[in-house]
Amino acid sequence: MSASLSRRAAYERTRKRRSIAVATVSSLTVVAAIVLLVPRMPRWDRVKESFFSGERFADSFPRLVEAFVLDIKIFAWSTPAIVILALLVAIARNSRSAALFPVRVLTIAYTDVMRGVPVILSIYLIGFGVPGLGLERPWNSPLLWGSVALVLTYASYVAEVFRAGIESIHESQRAAARSLGLSNWQTMRFVVLPQAIRRVVPPLMNDMVSLQKDVALVSLIGPIEILRQAGVDKSKFANFTPYVVAAVIFLMMTIPLTRTTDYLLERERRRTTGTRVR
Amino acid sequence: MRKLSLSIALTGALLLAACGGDSSSSDTTAASAGSGIGNECTTGKTISSYQLTIGTGNPAYSPWVDNDAPESKEGFEAAVAYAVAEELGFADTAVKWVRTGFDEAIQPGVKNFDFNLQQYTITEERKKTVSFSDSYYTTNQAVVALKGSPAIGATTIAALKDVKFGAQAGTTSLDFITNVIKPSTEPYVYDDNAGAKAALEAKQIDAVVVDLPTAFYIAAAELTDATVVGQFPASLSTTPDNFGFVFDLNNELVDCVNTALATLKEDGTLAAIEKTWLSDKTNAPVFAAE
Repeated sequence: MSASLSRRAAYERTRKRRSIAVATVSSLTVVAAIVLLVPRMPRWDRVKESFFSGERFADSFPRLVEAFVLDIKIFAWSTPAIVILALLVAIARNSRSAALFPVRVLTIAYTDVMRGVPVILSIYLIGFGVPGLGLERPWNSPLLWGSVALVLTYASYVAEVFRAGIESIHESQRAAARSLGLSNWQTMRFVVLPQAIRRVVPPLMNDMVSLQKDVALVSLIGPIEILRQAGVDKSKFANFTPYVVAAVIFLMMTIPLTRTTDYLLERERRRTTGTRVR
Repeated sequence: MRKLSLSIALTGALLLAACGGDSSSSDTTAASAGSGIGNECTTGKTISSYQLTIGTGNPAYSPWVDNDAPESKEGFEAAVAYAVAEELGFADTAVKWVRTGFDEAIQPGVKNFDFNLQQYTITEERKKTVSFSDSYYTTNQAVVALKGSPAIGATTIAALKDVKFGAQAGTTSLDFITNVIKPSTEPYVYDDNAGAKAALEAKQIDAVVVDLPTAFYIAAAELTDATVVGQFPASLSTTPDNFGFVFDLNNELVDCVNTALATLKEDGTLAAIEKTWLSDKTNAPVFAAE
């Protein structure tokens, strides 16, 4: 028996080696084709100078990293607010009490409107409009109200994700919890939410990656963050390399996030299905 | 400035129909020195042999032309035009004004004016369809603020250090803030001047930096509470716009006007006119460098 197992293991090992080899060769072919063919295009030199200038890259990189700190800050303080608000909206929308009917209507209106309105409009409207009502510094800060606009918009998306998670929990779970004497709220808190949230983590990560990029929209109302700084550098030097630098910095942030999402998805799949067909 | 001029282009086109059709078929003799109808240089080069026809906007705005009445010689461009006319040997009574929209004056058709001045920036592209005189004005950067802003009352660049500035992205104004004013807090940046104005009104910024013509326009027409706090010395501008008279392409009068402008620059007349109409009368003092 152990012999047959090791034979099987050996077979799987060769299969695995084989597929790694195939993947490597095909990847190398694609990369080689790009590296060898693109520079042969007639105006590649001009494109290279405009988008991949080493000098401009080195010049912009430190400035853009510095500007990126603001993006990270906005992201860092907006994310918890989004999650909390979205969770409240999702729970309110799933409430069953008749007395809470107006709350349900409000949450439906909120998600419908905020998901339909372009982020740019809500940033202009809230970022310029609310401070324009006569708030004094520092309460009229574009950072503050720009973040509020982002939170309101993203919470509406994330609330729908949470709602989908909550509704995916089978009604029998609630029935069982209630029959054990748990209240409505306890059922939600100890039975439904723990399962629902775990289930929606991957799509949530997706929204977070998207938020990463939309943070840059706050620059529309003044603050200089990475994309704005890149635009300023672009105008100054009539060269698009700063945008490429910004993209590289963004990728350094989003790739780990998306890899983590994939890992979580994979783990969830293994947990729920158990086998994998090659 | 472009926005302003574009907005008045339509009305200009309409009114032009009314003031056109007056091109003279006069039989007067050639102008001679002292005749009040031109000098040796201009003879035979003006569209009317006994007067100088000058185009302006419709309506023409202060501080370029005060009260939309160029005949009064009041306003920067009105004053410049009369100074040039005098230099060319035209008496005040021999100056005739016509109105044109911004765009129609730089279109390649036949002109009903000898030259036109309404803040036309000299550009290589435009030189393909019209001729320009040498520059009669170089734009300065200026500070616009609302009443109650900490920028109000500043007379030196040093006094602007703690002002929170805003500017349009990718403009010389933004460069100007970071390289010349060097304020203590980072400026806010907007896609266009509309954003900067909204931020001014929301008090998120204390002041915006724009070129002087735009500053006048914002203060006069767009933000009623705004004033032009001051302008920066021309010597500090790195890539200013230059305004020139517009002529029909290859018009021979250009050389005469350039000679006149050179004289006015040399004897300080042009600088005096600029000081009077774009600084003193408009309450836009020039900031002291230190």
